[in-house]
Amino acid sequence: MNYSAYTIQGARASLKKKHFSSTHLVKACIDEIKEKENLNAFITVCEKEALKKATEADKKIKDGVDLPLLGIPISVKDIYLTKGIRTTAASKILDDFIPQYSATVVKKLEDVGAIIIGKTNCDAWAHGSSGENSDYGPTESPFLEGYVPGGSSSGSAVSVAAQMCFASMGSDTGGSIRLPASFCEIVGLKPTYGRVSRYGIIAMASSLDSIGHFTNTIEESALMLSITAGKDPNDATTPDETVDDYQSYLKKDIKGIRIGIPKEYFAQGLDKRIKEKIEAEIKSLEKQGAKIENISLPNTEYAIACYYIIQPAEVSSNLGRYDGIRYGSARQNFGEEAKRRIMLGTYVLSSGYYDAYYKKAMQIRTLIKKDFDEVFKKVDVVITPVSPTLPWKIGEKSSDPLSMYLSDVYTVTANLAGIPGISVPIGLIQSLPVGLQILGPHFSEGKLFQVGKAILGV
Amino acid sequence: MKPVIGLEVHVELKTKSKMFCGCSADYFGKKPNTHTCPVCLGLPGALPVPNKTAIEWCVMLGMALDCNIPLFSKFDRKNYFYPDLAKGYQISQYDEPFCLKGSIKLGSGKTIRITRVHMEEDTGKLIHENVNGQGITLIDFNRSGVPLVEIVTEPDFDNTKDVLDYLKKLQQIARYLDISNADMEKGDMRLEPNISLRSNTTNTTNNTNQQITNKLPNYKVEVKNINSFRFVEKAIAFEIKRQTEIIEKKGIPVQETRGWDENKQKTVTQRVKEEASDYRYFPEPDIPPIRWNDKKLLMIKKQIPELPDTKKRRFQKQYNISQYDAEILTREKTLADFYETCVNDGQKANLTAKQVSNYIINKKIDIESTLPAEIIKNIKALTIYLRIDESEIKKIVERVLNENKNAVGDYRNGKVSAVQYLIGKVLMVSKEKLEVSRVKKILEEKLND
Amino acid sequence: MKINVKHVAKLANLPLSQEEEKKFEKQLSSILEYVEQLNSVDTKNFEITSQITGLENITREDKTSISLFQEEALSNSKSNHNGMFKIKKIL
Repeated sequence: MNYSAYTIQGARASLKKKHFSSTHLVKACIDEIKEKENLNAFITVCEKEALKKATEADKKIKDGVDLPLLGIPISVKDIYLTKGIRTTAASKILDDFIPQYSATVVKKLEDVGAIIIGKTNCDAWAHGSSGENSDYGPTESPFLEGYVPGGSSSGSAVSVAAQMCFASMGSDTGGSIRLPASFCEIVGLKPTYGRVSRYGIIAMASSLDSIGHFTNTIEESALMLSITAGKDPNDATTPDETVDDYQSYLKKDIKGIRIGIPKEYFAQGLDKRIKEKIEAEIKSLEKQGAKIENISLPNTEYAIACYYIIQPAEVSSNLGRYDGIRYGSARQNFGEEAKRRIMLGTYVLSSGYYDAYYKKAMQIRTLIKKDFDEVFKKVDVVITPVSPTLPWKIGEKSSDPLSMYLSDVYTVTANLAGIPGISVPIGLIQSLPVGLQILGPHFSEGKLFQVGKAILGV
Repeated sequence: MKPVIGLEVHVELKTKSKMFCGCSADYFGKKPNTHTCPVCLGLPGALPVPNKTAIEWCVMLGMALDCNIPLFSKFDRKNYFYPDLAKGYQISQYDEPFCLKGSIKLGSGKTIRITRVHMEEDTGKLIHENVNGQGITLIDFNRSGVPLVEIVTEPDFDNTKDVLDYLKKLQQIARYLDISNADMEKGDMRLEPNISLRSNTTNTTNNTNQQITNKLPNYKVEVKNINSFRFVEKAIAFEIKRQTEIIEKKGIPVQETRGWDENKQKTVTQRVKEEASDYRYFPEPDIPPIRWNDKKLLMIKKQIPELPDTKKRRFQKQYNISQYDAEILTREKTLADFYETCVNDGQKANLTAKQVSNYIINKKIDIESTLPAEIIKNIKALTIYLRIDESEIKKIVERVLNENKNAVGDYRNGKVSAVQYLIGKVLMVSKEKLEVSRVKKILEEKLND
Repeated sequence: MKINVKHVAKLANLPLSQEEEKKFEKQLSSILEYVEQLNSVDTKNFEITSQITGLENITREDKTSISLFQEEALSNSKSNHNGMFKIKKIL
């Protein structure tokens, strides 16, 4: 039986009607994972645990228990701590690390019946834009052999795109959910900073890390967020803001919605074919009643420089705990990219350089945030490309870190400003997927789903 | 040469839970690594959430030390590597601490300026052992994350006596506020003096001499982690001697961090300036900043009890007791409170506050095992004779001596037993019951006059 | 822009091979050159943003919660002794 046609909601309805069991679903997913092992989407597959959970879920279903994800297999990026299940951050440093606790999000998912089917591959410590930086080997695009699936949440994106599970949790510090979603033709949500708890998820850059997910549809993305969002007493950066009824936004049309098109995101460097595709989508939105406005986010050009100071600075501090004493192995086992970021971050924070680099970057961060504050007084959401280029070949950019960093040019701004962004697929160019990004003000995820739905249709 | 001494003191707070997690902060003497969790063990993914009470106590201490409390404050990361530091950084405060610019007035009348009072977390504990002839270091993280307040002074001390007075006052204030046991032996208080010498002999002919001698020396020797008042005294004395010898030989002491070696009775080099750490402070992204308003600060201020110096002055004035007695009675808040209860109860029994203080101090009363009511009863029993004022007795004695000139003559001619006769007369004349020994003493004084 | 790679590596407690030192010196220089563009922005009167949430005063009540068992705390360590983490002697 082919489950790929099912959404989470569809599968739940069929589970309730006993058209198939959770055990069937889990087995089907495991089969997919095994069959597409060459994509290298998983670091650890939790076959035994998942099947046991499926049996329990089937019993609950039989007993009439109804939970939003009961019996649904999902995967999580291997930076999510899972109690008793190896968590590596795709780094050999944590090759044998068995967490003593689970991330808040993992608990929340399990509380509503989700079955963790495995831990997905990613760039080690979530450092990367392509999925090539994993100590467990690169993940490969499910679309074209030899191409990158985008990173750093590479395995998560592939696991959803290749029907190995129904949804996957990732993390987005500079585009690590939106970019792979765009490269894998699925929906990737980076919520507002703090909307979803970071507790128990291996930190990359603490002031930028956003916890989000991949799904095939907007409806599933909305459902997942309604489960993962909310205040966590263990994460002081999660506000007490009420979690919206995201489903309600999916019923609304987009008449009168004001959409801003920032000129800085369509300038030099953007692949013409991508530009044309996005412009076609904008036209279609206009036809559906949206008001399109040309806007400017003038400090966009500084975003990458700003990001590549703040992010490595925080990385250098966050990776300080890996000293091989309480867990993991010695520091020389860090991979090249982690070492590079530790060095860069240590340098920009060091005595005599702090003001010139770190402080300056944090001031520019204020400017970037102000740009968005101003723009969102005039428009409801902003539409931009996700990536300036189509997916590239494995190995193409790995010798030049700076050119790799520049692929985050359209995504890092959302992390710097803490705003939500969603990547929705808008088709293929020469068999390679293209995504469109919708950005909104803090806590406007509902609006992003509303506009995203208008783009994807039913 | 004049010593220039500043102090950094760490005081461990006695909150129930740790600074950034819910582990019990009561770690002393507990089984190793049983008071840890993902946060204080620095496990991947764990995040800190600050303890409200600890923050308020830090501010309260700052207020008690007359500090300014800035309305905005934040936590910062202090990055360095040491095996007892779980996260590779300590959460501390860098440029915007909770309290700034306070002071403590010493017994000598000198005022010591306090630079800052800030909040941070403790580290784990290292234990060095030899197992099977091999040197190993063991780490217990029970102490990791216990709230610490650091109090930093300006280099205002020039002698150890003032240093000790300051430390005792600080300890006393922490105990009065009931925020720390400030028990040196348990490591609740750790002391780090920095010492240098200012030359007052150089350039005496130079007319800019005044300016030069007021400038601080261009080096500083820090002695780390001393856990006893006595050691701090010895370490400072040793440093003054050591540095004097260097300077007398026309040298300049090296800027460095030293430690006190109790076995060798000397300070030893730990780290020299060239290796000095660069802590790469930056704002802690995991903890939103703290902002106070007047109402919140007032609520903390209201919790501050009467502090030792104020209490001492009040006791002297209100109870008419000596400065020395007031000092003893206010040394600990529990004793001061006990004394005041006794004074209150004593009033009803016509006992003066002075009588109560004399009794408590002279008899070295154990307030833990004695009830105020017992104290009053005991004083009453003793003072039944004492109720008559000394001047009253003297008047009676004068009268009796005038009326019994013969007996007085006998006594002065060597018949000592005549005093017994005179005592009898005094007791007869007095309407109140008098204590014989007291009467005898006064009589003899007068007779031998 | 010349970086003292050895010094930075020491601060970062990161053992690097000679080749790595060479490579990083070159790469970090080019990244730093790129970020130099920020110097052209006048930020004199701008606040820093180290927290994007706008949250303030997030604290917890002083209540204890359950700690890990000793075996759990030690479960991922390569070396321990008498309930403690064990390392080579440091002084």
